[in-house]
Amino acid sequence: MKSSVITFPGSNCDRDMNVALNKFGFKNKMVWHDDKELPKSDLVVLPGGFSYGDYLRCGSMASKSKIMQSVINFAKSGGLVMGICNGFQILVETGLVPGVLLRNKYLEFICKNVFVKIDNRDNAYFKNLDKNVLEFHIAHNEGNYFCTKDQLKEIEDNNQVAIYYCDIKGQTEDKYNPNGSTNNIAGIFNKEKNVLGMMPHPERMIDKSLSGEDGSIFFKNLLNNIK
Amino acid sequence: MKVSAIITLKKDVLDPQGKIIHQTLDGMGFKDINEVRQGKYFEIDVKENDPTKAKSIVEDMCKKLLTNLVIENYKIIETQ
Repeated sequence: MKSSVITFPGSNCDRDMNVALNKFGFKNKMVWHDDKELPKSDLVVLPGGFSYGDYLRCGSMASKSKIMQSVINFAKSGGLVMGICNGFQILVETGLVPGVLLRNKYLEFICKNVFVKIDNRDNAYFKNLDKNVLEFHIAHNEGNYFCTKDQLKEIEDNNQVAIYYCDIKGQTEDKYNPNGSTNNIAGIFNKEKNVLGMMPHPERMIDKSLSGEDGSIFFKNLLNNIK
Repeated sequence: MKVSAIITLKKDVLDPQGKIIHQTLDGMGFKDINEVRQGKYFEIDVKENDPTKAKSIVEDMCKKLLTNLVIENYKIIETQ
């Protein structure tokens, strides 16, 4: 399976993602933001970081990069596109997934492990996953998911919420919401479920020597699903 | 000519920065504040002398990059 990770000026999780994808059997290529053509890919990843220094709005400049037109076309033709953290912010700026990511509610940069609940398995990312709750890492200043009431209704009607912040048992109470996100939303799909944006970093949880291995479960499952 | 654009957060959108600025001003003795909302201001020198055309160019910029219309509104002002 072939994957591509896009590097924008200021991306800093692109190489972590490259390591993770290669470790679990993807043949990954790094793609520069100024390129026009996307290599043949089964999965495209927009990595975390601080593209363009978070100027204007996080992800806004990167969403207008040359390569993004190819990424948008790829997504619209049904290709799998996953945006992690800053990649999620880039995705909302392209309009591929609904909503926006605001400053965290308590104005803190949050860097810690969180639990996320997987509700929706009707997609390539979480299909066949045998755990309901995964432990991932978050590190962000603007992860406060917001959308209009009309958008929220549409998102819920279409089962577009991918993951919710929760506790180890999967309880999605407000006290487990780290950043003020609407309804504890940590990740979201487009209508067709081929585009996934999420704040947590699965690529940071792929080795015992890191802070956990739930990312390994996610990547192994993802590869099996798209093989 | 120069055209300015003011970007403000929509009413329903939480503005934690505005809230903290409000609290700080309050702590400094400015007690007569109902609310503070933080926004952005752009001054753009456009290579166009016709005010209507210049404003419409900046409006296009607002729609395509400067504003995220899910959470923000824009207002265009002719400054020169």
